Amino acid sequence: MTLEKLIFYVLAAVVLAAAVMVVTRRNPVHSALFLILAFFASSGIWLLAEAEFLAIVLVLVYVGAVMVLFLFVLMMLDIDIAVLRAGFIKMLPLGIVMAIAMAAELILIVGPDNFGLEKYAAPARHAADYSNTEELGSVLYTVYMYPFEIAAVILLVAIIAAIGLTMRRREDTKFIDPSKQVVIKKGDDRIRMVSMDAEKG
Amino acid sequence: MIALSDYLILGAILFAISVAGIFINRKNVIVLLMCVELMLLAVNINFVAFSHFLQDTAGQVFVFFILTVAAAEAAIGLAILVVLFRSKRSINVEDMDALKG
Repeated sequence: MTLEKLIFYVLAAVVLAAAVMVVTRRNPVHSALFLILAFFASSGIWLLAEAEFLAIVLVLVYVGAVMVLFLFVLMMLDIDIAVLRAGFIKMLPLGIVMAIAMAAELILIVGPDNFGLEKYAAPARHAADYSNTEELGSVLYTVYMYPFEIAAVILLVAIIAAIGLTMRRREDTKFIDPSKQVVIKKGDDRIRMVSMDAEKG
Repeated sequence: MIALSDYLILGAILFAISVAGIFINRKNVIVLLMCVELMLLAVNINFVAFSHFLQDTAGQVFVFFILTVAAAEAAIGLAILVVLFRSKRSINVEDMDALKG
């Protein structure tokens, strides 16, 4: 077994173990942290497949932004885990049977018989001065220009939707309007004299 | 050498695990969202593997767009979750039956 293959199997085992932990942990925060581990290990697998740019993007965008957002929401909400766990044991056998059946069917199709090295020979490694980012960028901004712009619009829509959904005006907060604050003039605006009877102690 | 089938089997098992996760965590919306992220990861592994073995960058461009859409989906999904929690004080799927006929 070559070193490359050993690294692949170790990373694949980490991805699968982390995925099992994501779906079985009691605490959602632990699930999120194991999901981060799964993303890190799969970015290693993408490096083996010579997708260097996407491997870095996976760590930066997924671990750095999406999973931090997940953890932020998880810790902000006060979730009652016990209620959410009810029915977990009941559904567990069905889930396992489903997973095994589905994985077996998929492996029958994509297994070594149809997609082995004899059918698809491993491509030659690129030279050391090959830049994956450059190659991706050279098609992304030419052939895939319109999809790229649509992706930008989708992100804009996501920003507006997220802000629009979560923003709210609270009526009960003490708030001073800054524009009224700065136009106050010297004299009656600033101080109000009140005449009242002395309190009897 | 790593065969294409190794990558595809990894993606298949990962996808099966996340489907099982959706089955057994039916009530917790946030874990369901995480399972969807795992599914997208499994699909992305397939895209990257095919892109490598067919020597075609189209697969990697596709992964790029899937990552974009997944980020947007996570942001909007979590925003909906926060709004839902504000009004119902719960993220249990069974409490979301306001549209039931």
